[in-house]
Amino acid sequence: MRILKSTMSWLDDRTGLITSMGSIMRHPVPPGSAWFYVFGSATLLAFLVQVATGIALAFMYVPSSGEAYQSLQFISNDTTIGRVVRGMHNWGASAMIALVFIHMVQVYLFAAYKYPREMNWLTGVVLLACTVVMGFTGQVVRWDQTAVWSIIVAAEQVGRVPLIGTSLAHFVIGGETIGGATLSRMFAYHVFIIPGLIFIFIGFHLYLVLRDGISEPPEIGKPVDPKTYRDTYEEMLKQKGVPFWPDAAWRDVVFGCSVIVAILLLAIIVGPPELGKPPDPSNLDALPVPDWYFVFYFALFALMPPELESYLMVGGPLVLGILLISLPFISNRGERSPLRRPWAFAVVVFAIMAISALWAIGISSPWSPHFDAKPLTAEVIGVTSGHIYEGGQLFNDKGCLYCHAISGHGGQRGPDLTDVGSRLSSNELTWRIMNGGLNMPAFGGILTSDELSKLVAFLHSRRKP
Amino acid sequence: MKENTKTGECNRREFLAKLSIALSGIAGALVAIPVIGSIIAPLFQKRQEVWRSVGAVESFEIGATVQVSFIDASPLLWAGITAKSAAWLRRVGEEEFIAFSVNCAHLGCPVRWIAGAKLFMCPCHGGVYYEDGSVASGPPPRGLYQYPVRANNGQVEILASPIPITTT
Repeated sequence: MRILKSTMSWLDDRTGLITSMGSIMRHPVPPGSAWFYVFGSATLLAFLVQVATGIALAFMYVPSSGEAYQSLQFISNDTTIGRVVRGMHNWGASAMIALVFIHMVQVYLFAAYKYPREMNWLTGVVLLACTVVMGFTGQVVRWDQTAVWSIIVAAEQVGRVPLIGTSLAHFVIGGETIGGATLSRMFAYHVFIIPGLIFIFIGFHLYLVLRDGISEPPEIGKPVDPKTYRDTYEEMLKQKGVPFWPDAAWRDVVFGCSVIVAILLLAIIVGPPELGKPPDPSNLDALPVPDWYFVFYFALFALMPPELESYLMVGGPLVLGILLISLPFISNRGERSPLRRPWAFAVVVFAIMAISALWAIGISSPWSPHFDAKPLTAEVIGVTSGHIYEGGQLFNDKGCLYCHAISGHGGQRGPDLTDVGSRLSSNELTWRIMNGGLNMPAFGGILTSDELSKLVAFLHSRRKP
Repeated sequence: MKENTKTGECNRREFLAKLSIALSGIAGALVAIPVIGSIIAPLFQKRQEVWRSVGAVESFEIGATVQVSFIDASPLLWAGITAKSAAWLRRVGEEEFIAFSVNCAHLGCPVRWIAGAKLFMCPCHGGVYYEDGSVASGPPPRGLYQYPVRANNGQVEILASPIPITTT
């Protein structure tokens, strides 16, 4: 004990680290911060989990377009510890995305971005963008079939940028086609460039937190006035401030520990996402769907009006970025309490509702043809021979089933046709099949008149009981 | 005399400061140019196109649309299966073929040929194309791209070219 103590005091004398760390840890913070303030530190902790598990994965992963898939199979299937580490990296990523979002919402609702903390918000916006790019590149270095198609989808999106679109797309792919260069580049982004930026900006972000202090919990009737804010804040800290360690830090530790335990449990119980098929661009039997945090964005592309699409694809993220960056300049003073900022509250409610709605519809993807829909059975058709039966078979064979459901079988893209015979006459059915409409292709050039009459006979027999 | 010296020192100091800043900038650029150059190298590649054989002419039935695979124009040795590309090939006459890109013109997802319906369908956002590649429904802003294709010495050859990127 004495040796330890003298070692510590020698170290502190020669480096000064212990004293300065101590004073940093015990810096006064406003009282009453409560549980609202734990999300920033938890995001940082999730990032550190990602760094640690990412390094562990790098010991096993081969960042080569031709071999990464086999190394992922090895990590996921042949090693217990590799599977757990991959699981932690996956759930850690989910935690980081969720926490960074919650952290941002909390800062926005408490208006902690106002004077003098504008730069905290701006560095936070950069960190948010980095986290999103990490999410995408991370999904892609899980080098399976979905990864390959995700890169192409990303390349097509940047391809809509005027003038330089094609160049940007080739920059994303690492050439004109998917190939040897693609994964190496994604790996470099995911493992060196973006994490490097994240380290720099976390350092900056934390430095600013220490320099200007964390914002005090907002109170109605105490607006921010840049002329007096710093003096008032200093005075408040002198009178009522409590040391960060351990008075406030214990909550961060408790919440952070719970986050880590949750990540580990999910990694062990649920495990990492299943590896898809091999990354073969010539295997077209693919249903590329992004990881959960991008599903709402994926849904947006299916639902936005095609005429506006190119503008929204490029302008949407641009406008969002500009809005986030300009926020602390638009409103850097005044009331901070969310109870006095109903519009801020409305923005958050609207954003959460929009994302949730897009997310819910993205999961069921009703706009996608159901290629794996089971053919209608004789039982569903109701007869075993004749015109109506053959019409039912045509419904299977001509792809109708991929988009239309009958008695619970089939896709959801088009209207449910279980009782279409009660809604439309034979003539109306014929007209619609021949000409298509809205989102339906015209089958006039595809069906013979015999096939058409059988199909119409089948559909006309679909009645309400 | 003393004042002059002071002025001289100031000039010297200013000069050294400027010199150091300029040298640092040059040193940074000396490192940055090759580094950035290697990162943006894909932008300066020459467009790669090669005729690739996808099978004998006789092996394709007239009127049928089938998937064919071929190797990209300039595969890297470590590309493995990622060097492969595919196309939807249809024989329309004795020596006449059409080759459609498998990439949906909306966002590049792999379209499937549904033989019974004579439609190409995309699994991602529901793009559908007619037999001739024109848009039947869904979000695609244009029809399917086509690859140049030819019959050469009894072999069907497709011009392996870049992934088509739909631009504004």
